Amino acid sequence: MSDVKPFLLEIGVEEIPHWMIVPALGELERLFRDLCTANQLETGEVTVDGTARRLVIRCSALTTCQADRDELVMGPPKSAGPGAAMGFAKKNGVSADDLATEVTPRGEYYALRRAIAGRETSDILAESLTALIAKIPWPKAMYWTGKGETTFIRPIRWIVALLGDSIVEFSLAGVNAGALSRGHRRMGSPEIAFDHANYEERLEKNGVILSAGKRRKRIEDGIGKLLKGTGFALIPDEALLTDLVYLTEFPTPILGSFDEKFLALPQEVLSMVMRHHQRYFTVQDSAGNMAPRFVAIMNIKADKKGYVVKGNERVLEARFNDARFFWDQDQHKKLADRVDDLAAVTFQARLGSYFEKRLGVEAGASRIARELGLDETAIRRAATLCKTDLMTEMVKEFTDLQGIMGGLYAKAQGEPEPVWRAMYDHYKPLSMDGPIPATVEGRVLSMADKFDSLEGCFALGMIPTGSKDPLGLRRAAQGIVKILVEGRIRLNLDRFITAGAEETNRVFLCERKAGYVENRTPDGSLELAKQLRDFMTERVKYYFRDVRGFAYDEISAVLAANPPDLVDVEARLHALKMVRQTQDFEPLAASFKRIGNILKQAGRPGGAVSPELLEPGAEQDLYQDMTRVLARVAVLRKSDDYIQALLAVATLRPAVDNFFDSVLVNAPDAAVRQNRLALLGQLFSEVSSIADFSEIVTSSTSE
Amino acid sequence: MDSYQETIFKLKRFWAQHGCVIQEPYDIEVGAGTMCPETFLRVLGPKPYSVAYVQPSRRPADGRYGENPNRLYKHSQLQVILKPAPANVMDLYLESLEAVGIRLDQHDLKFEEDNWESPTLGAWGIGWQVMLDGLEVTQFTYFQQCGGVDLDLVPAELTYGLERLVAFLQDRKSVYDIEWVAGTSYRDVRFRDEQQFSVYNFEKADVKMLWQLFDLHEKEAQRLIDEYRSLDPEKDGTEKRRWPLLSAYDHVLNCSHSFNLLDARGAISVTERVGVIARVRKLAVGVATSWVDQQALLNAPEVAA
Repeated sequence: MSDVKPFLLEIGVEEIPHWMIVPALGELERLFRDLCTANQLETGEVTVDGTARRLVIRCSALTTCQADRDELVMGPPKSAGPGAAMGFAKKNGVSADDLATEVTPRGEYYALRRAIAGRETSDILAESLTALIAKIPWPKAMYWTGKGETTFIRPIRWIVALLGDSIVEFSLAGVNAGALSRGHRRMGSPEIAFDHANYEERLEKNGVILSAGKRRKRIEDGIGKLLKGTGFALIPDEALLTDLVYLTEFPTPILGSFDEKFLALPQEVLSMVMRHHQRYFTVQDSAGNMAPRFVAIMNIKADKKGYVVKGNERVLEARFNDARFFWDQDQHKKLADRVDDLAAVTFQARLGSYFEKRLGVEAGASRIARELGLDETAIRRAATLCKTDLMTEMVKEFTDLQGIMGGLYAKAQGEPEPVWRAMYDHYKPLSMDGPIPATVEGRVLSMADKFDSLEGCFALGMIPTGSKDPLGLRRAAQGIVKILVEGRIRLNLDRFITAGAEETNRVFLCERKAGYVENRTPDGSLELAKQLRDFMTERVKYYFRDVRGFAYDEISAVLAANPPDLVDVEARLHALKMVRQTQDFEPLAASFKRIGNILKQAGRPGGAVSPELLEPGAEQDLYQDMTRVLARVAVLRKSDDYIQALLAVATLRPAVDNFFDSVLVNAPDAAVRQNRLALLGQLFSEVSSIADFSEIVTSSTSE
Repeated sequence: MDSYQETIFKLKRFWAQHGCVIQEPYDIEVGAGTMCPETFLRVLGPKPYSVAYVQPSRRPADGRYGENPNRLYKHSQLQVILKPAPANVMDLYLESLEAVGIRLDQHDLKFEEDNWESPTLGAWGIGWQVMLDGLEVTQFTYFQQCGGVDLDLVPAELTYGLERLVAFLQDRKSVYDIEWVAGTSYRDVRFRDEQQFSVYNFEKADVKMLWQLFDLHEKEAQRLIDEYRSLDPEKDGTEKRRWPLLSAYDHVLNCSHSFNLLDARGAISVTERVGVIARVRKLAVGVATSWVDQQALLNAPEVAA
């Protein structure tokens, strides 16, 4: 058995964008493991670490030499004769005497068995690492040594590659792998000698905390210490914390303050400036109000003279002054007076301006409101105003505040609460984890805005394909699904999409919108409606499966029953998931699959059951049980009690089993046969209107 | 404490010591030091070149009548081009900060991703904004493309925002309070410019005339580019080698400035904007590709007649 040695590869890079580091480490590890697997090398424990300036992969025990192995090279069949054997031997640089023969199922063959000596790992690494490093994928790479040469995320400035105490010799972009690491730009030595055991310790002495976990802890502990006894508490921001962990090599928090007069600005604005523009944590007092303090994270050990706090405070004050200037400036013109200005802002080159967009949102919001029996007044007003904040200086400067600023300005300008709240929330949900709008008006407005984008884009053929979705239409559709389900809005999606498509068709024809062609299927419905429906269905499936964790077959079963709205879909899924775990369910589902096949083969016959034709015993029993159960199910469904309804259905299992055990559906007598099919047909269709059980994948399903 | 001009002297001296040509500002209005021919044209082609200069950069839409302490219609950039970027370029940059009196052990410095792109110049690069105690003091870019042309050698471009940097060094909350030289403030020197150009740019500029200027400069630049392209390198070799592409580029810069003025005046709708930017880019790309071509002609050995 060969020896093992620790291995370390450190790629020293100019500051890597913080958000790319973790994915790059994942790729580095994958590439390295693939390399080792392909070369039969054992690695021991593999760890990856990264800071803004270095990507590191380490193995605790890498085999230093491949094991020797035998190789069998198959030659021509023995029947080909000694001439062929000579040729084969010559090609492999041996004499014919060295050849053996191997018996295979296809006959006897000449073969050459030879021993392959295992290669030194350091040789394998030396010839592979250049390509391996260059293979790490980046969202946007650059070249730096000249056109057409190596690309990477930022210039590579040093490489350490050590197997045991020896350097693995290779070079990349003019950098030779060596044994010396580098410390922090200002707090460390540019040449650090180390060994495997003291690597992290030596780096830390030179101002680099290698472990992301340790950097995170240093930030958290430091903030805890700073705020202790101040009466203030941190407003946690996990995403910001992660950014800062990867923006630094030696993070240290400092506490700064700002003039209380700025607290008169909306907290949303203060928070945006601090968190997103300056990467500061914000702080609150015991009553939960924003405090005039902030926590910045330095990339050095200490701010002994207080210069860093002071510098950050000055920058923040200038930023807040800007924001206050925008806030004051924007108040000079009311949002209501900015509606016409929207004509100057393009929403999408082919769809037109935000003025046109706003008309579409208004119409959609009204239709949803009417459909749901809501008062339209506030919703329409909010729809009219919701995009006007795009014209304000604040949103031009802080684009992420779109919607939020509209809401805040509308509030300051005396719009009623339902109006400004709807405007404030109408971009929500921003992600599948984010909250949906808080009010029903906001939910309707958000959906109307998203439907309008979907309808317009689809009508002009801008349909997302593959990973390409520049206008974020998938996210928009997903947002609608999330709002409908979590907002418990009982909107019939099919009907609404049909009406929306018709409306879009009418408007686009009327406007002679360039690139729009009315396209109807033979049954007279719009192709557009079908495309939208398919797209939404895909998003509905995605939502329930990937966001909510329902099984694929459960979703298929429920959707096959065509429920009227997504709230209902959710209720059925819950019920199905629960009842599925009961003992009778899966066997019953398997029987339904069988019933489905029988009915399909028989050409889905219709017709009512004639009780007088039922044979006594299993057949009559099933009919009686079914009649009783279906009556109960009908009552339960009136109150959407799908759990009890499905439990009731499950009680049919013995009767169904019994039926199949003792009754021949394919009876010789045609009338009896038809009657049996009618019996099964009724059972199947009634139960399938809750969920199509035949879609359920069961252990006994074998097809 | 160093004055504004002393800091500039120090930076220029530092980069002179590191082999840069010290240029004077270009004498046509530009929005950034990158647009000067010393950067835009010099980064093209295979010849190494290092240069540093202060460039007053005019951004009409950023004017605030001299009333905002941190926003200026015309701010000054110290622009450094190192072509190709040496491997220790980051260290050199840090040394330059120390050269103007920033003790790096007492301050926080972060390099945050910021890729630069200029649609009007058909140029982009990869780099960072350099944050000093939370203040962006420099834009650091490795150029990749200019005028739509992939660069042979990758230059590092360092752009110091001089007003910000000096306000930081002098601990001033307003750039107008910066000491330009003992006894004279930034306000004394620059306030009237800010005020009057804001009035002109936002209120008085004649939109019709600006469009005419834009069209005239565009036409002249395009004419020069077209004629250059039509010259036969064999037959008209001499003429082609001395063809005034630099003059064509001046007209491109004039177009760009007219565009900025029109934009500040609110005369360009959002829909138009993209189209006008594309017009300027077409010219910039035209000059850049012709320039590369001309440089190749100039570098080729003269064929004896």
